Amino acid sequence: MGAHHHGDGHDPNLAHHFESADQQYQSAKLGMWVFLMTEILFFGGLFVAYTVYRVNHPEVFVYGAHFLDRGLGALNTVVLILSSFTIAWAVRAAQLKQISLLRWLILATMACAFAFMGVKAVEYNSKWKHGLLWAAKYSHHVEEADHDRPTAATDPAVSPDADPNRSAIPPAAEGPAGLAKPAGETDDTVAEVEPENAKVFFSIYFLMTGLHGIHVLAGIGAMIWLLKCLARGDFDGGHFTKVDMVALYWHVVDLVWIYLFLLLYLID
Amino acid sequence: MSQHTSNGVHVASLRLLVTVMVALMIGTWLTVSVTHYDFGFLNIWIGLAIATTKAVLVGLYFMHLRWDKPFNAFVFLSAFLFLFLFIGIALMDTAHYQEVLIPGWPLE
Repeated sequence: MGAHHHGDGHDPNLAHHFESADQQYQSAKLGMWVFLMTEILFFGGLFVAYTVYRVNHPEVFVYGAHFLDRGLGALNTVVLILSSFTIAWAVRAAQLKQISLLRWLILATMACAFAFMGVKAVEYNSKWKHGLLWAAKYSHHVEEADHDRPTAATDPAVSPDADPNRSAIPPAAEGPAGLAKPAGETDDTVAEVEPENAKVFFSIYFLMTGLHGIHVLAGIGAMIWLLKCLARGDFDGGHFTKVDMVALYWHVVDLVWIYLFLLLYLID
Repeated sequence: MSQHTSNGVHVASLRLLVTVMVALMIGTWLTVSVTHYDFGFLNIWIGLAIATTKAVLVGLYFMHLRWDKPFNAFVFLSAFLFLFLFIGIALMDTAHYQEVLIPGWPLE
């Protein structure tokens, strides 16, 4: 909808094929809702994969979720809710022609989006360091904390050659410290034995959060576009449709995360 | 006290937006807290119920569905109808193959 100058009294913000500004606005909105429907179905395929795998192999999800940081997940949830609030407020500001406030609210929403990606980067980095990656890239290795378990060869108590004056009395019939506990006793820190196909959890984790992350980046792009429109004066006359559409998209990004946080991080 | 734009679109009050945001924060806190209690198989359903309440709040107020033409809500909700069909039929299908795929099924 470029600016026309017909000199015929035609509203430059109303495209020729619409009868009224309201019809134009409602059409844009319906188009956006249809797009959001396709977005839900786009993520839907991954939610199906998640559900089918989790129903068949719940142990893989319980195990995998232990490696996700709930604190960081909750932090990102809070950041996204905050950004949903600022963009909803931005729509109000655009409707009321509060242009300066609108600029600040778009910037605040972008700041939240960047904060979200920053936290995500920290999380991805720690998964990367531990080899907790998708499918064939999965090579889980345990960090230092688990390496100082005494082993039979280095423990003088059980190495017969270590000390020539060693008592001939055999050690108590008790395994050396640090070995796996008998079945039934669980340890909270290094919980259970890795189930078969634990990598499936991380494949699903990276696919779902990755697709979501791409949507966050696209949202940042959309907000840069809004700032450009704002600088051009598009919103001066109270034409808030663009802000409204970007906000609707951003709320869906928030909605998807609400479920991802619950389904990936909070399994127990 | 509700405001409208020149073409009659509802303008959400700032007070309402803040209230919804606070409700969403409380919902997040609640989602995390309930995981500390063991309700067995109910845990996931409690979590989903809270998440869905949050989603409904976002949809109704942040996304203006409450004041919108109902057809927009219908379009959006139809996506979930198809999603549930997709999940439901995929689960029915996979349930038929458990004995073949997983030794010792049914588990527990």
